[in-house]
Amino acid sequence: MEEMVVAMKELDVDLARQKGETKPIEMSAHGVSVWFGKHKVLENVNIDFPEKSVTALIGPSGCGKSSFIRTLNRLHELIPGAALAGEVLYKGQDIYRAEVDPVYIRLSIGMVFQKPNPFPSMTIRGNVLSGLKLSGLKRSDHDALVEETLTSAGLWKEVKDRLNSHAGDLSGGQQQRLVIARALAVNPDVLLMDEPCSALDPASTLKIEETIRELSKKITIIIVTHNMQQAVRVSDHTAFFLAEENAPGCVVEQGPTTEVFGNPRDQRTLDYVNGRFG
Amino acid sequence: MATLTWKVLPVAPDTPIRDLSKSKKANRGDRVFNTTITGAAFTSLAVLAGITLFLGAKAVPVVQDQGIGFLTTTIWDTTGVPPEYGIAGMLYGSVLIAFIALFIAVPVSMFLAVFMVFMAPVRVSKLLTNLVDLMAAIPSVIIGLWAFYILVPPAEGWQDLLNQYLGWLPLFQNDSGNFTGTPFVAGVVLAIMMIPIVTSVTAEVLKRTPPELINAAESLGCSMWTMLRYVALPFGRGGIIGGIMLGLGRALGETIAVFFVLKIVYDINFFNIIESGGGSVATLIVAKFGETSGDFEVDVLLAAGFFLFLMTLVVNAIANLIVRRTERLKG
Repeated sequence: MEEMVVAMKELDVDLARQKGETKPIEMSAHGVSVWFGKHKVLENVNIDFPEKSVTALIGPSGCGKSSFIRTLNRLHELIPGAALAGEVLYKGQDIYRAEVDPVYIRLSIGMVFQKPNPFPSMTIRGNVLSGLKLSGLKRSDHDALVEETLTSAGLWKEVKDRLNSHAGDLSGGQQQRLVIARALAVNPDVLLMDEPCSALDPASTLKIEETIRELSKKITIIIVTHNMQQAVRVSDHTAFFLAEENAPGCVVEQGPTTEVFGNPRDQRTLDYVNGRFG
Repeated sequence: MATLTWKVLPVAPDTPIRDLSKSKKANRGDRVFNTTITGAAFTSLAVLAGITLFLGAKAVPVVQDQGIGFLTTTIWDTTGVPPEYGIAGMLYGSVLIAFIALFIAVPVSMFLAVFMVFMAPVRVSKLLTNLVDLMAAIPSVIIGLWAFYILVPPAEGWQDLLNQYLGWLPLFQNDSGNFTGTPFVAGVVLAIMMIPIVTSVTAEVLKRTPPELINAAESLGCSMWTMLRYVALPFGRGGIIGGIMLGLGRALGETIAVFFVLKIVYDINFFNIIESGGGSVATLIVAKFGETSGDFEVDVLLAAGFFLFLMTLVVNAIANLIVRRTERLKG
């Protein structure tokens, strides 16, 4: 009981901090717990994601960050045996209400994965437009859309002369930016990124990070990363996830990135951001 | 961002080129293994060549005696002077019932495979996989007997219905009122035999769809159907067509099961698939082999087998060509 009170107080502190924010809240998770079969991997996660900002989710492997990010656009439910408790609010409404179409949610809340996954049989242009094709959205100005999204993803200059060559011919970093362009083409408000740079070389990583900073002027970005320097470089807010032994993961600390890294309140956060474990 | 440049180091002009092919000999175990594998590969080729040569050699005197009429006529007169043989109806019949089977089996197999891989709960999927494999193991003579006693009687009713409601299509015309021994029933039996092969191959191929591509499609908000249409089926197309070809091969060569349900007639039944009587080279061979008199008649049947073999090759080649053509069109 006492623990709960402490937890509630901490939550209040967090909420109070975020009330000082000038930006409105785009998405938030309220009391999210996640199970795979009988195995509970996440407990009572509460995070607010302010509009047009970058929130980094950090923590050691196996703490449930990736599972959490997949609950935010309803990809979680596609895994057999996956279960969820709590609410995920998007523009103030729970995305798990019975009448909500998951397709609409996944179009509004796009996702970029760890491994670049362009459709290999499609051209660069075809990949950018594939979201429209797959979801049945209609837009007439395809050429403009391709240029606009590839520019936003920082790839336009490199591929503008070979839009009709295969996506598989691009390098890993280019493929990842192509995938970002593909996610942007369906005009999402939020972009989820699950360790988008972990399969890339340092130069490509920097390019993607530039892209993320640029994109955050227009949309909300939530990024899972193992790279703490990356979290410092790109994010405005940080949430630190941790799973104690034989316990589900939870959020130990969250707040502005400068505070989580510069002046953490929790000893475990301090140890983690200073590389003492993880 | 800094650009990286490579400095090319000059190679000294007098550096000799080293011959690496002689640097390491494979050890004895590897050599034995390689020889065995190569030998086994060539054995299967030799067997195939042997069969082709034997059948071809038997076919030569028959074609010399009967002329091109052997392939283009529908006469089967063993007692005439001289005897006349023509297998046009049989060759055409084999293709016709194989395509009826294909038409039924392919959609069923696709739906079954998609259900097994993407929709069914794990346990159901495992059960179905085992059942399908079991189905492939049923001997064709058992399927033939089953079809003869169990399938044919109700199938007469189905064909009667087809004739009543779709009889205005030439495909479903039946003037005789006799619905036994039709190409349609033979096609259904062949379809039952093709389904396990095509399903099993298709399911294996679909299982290999890279999960990251499925993720990509899901995250772009696409339905199961669009995921299949644009991701899983294009990815697996080559393998799936391969599976269909395997099934087609079985259908073209199937003998005993067809023997139980198809009434062999020598005339070509072009498209009246629910009219009694059709042809099948393999079934002709097994039906006539017991009543042959003299070596020449046996040679006639072997020659028929040779042309069935050739036709199967041609059908496969055409199918391959179509596959390659569509691959190229798709880029």
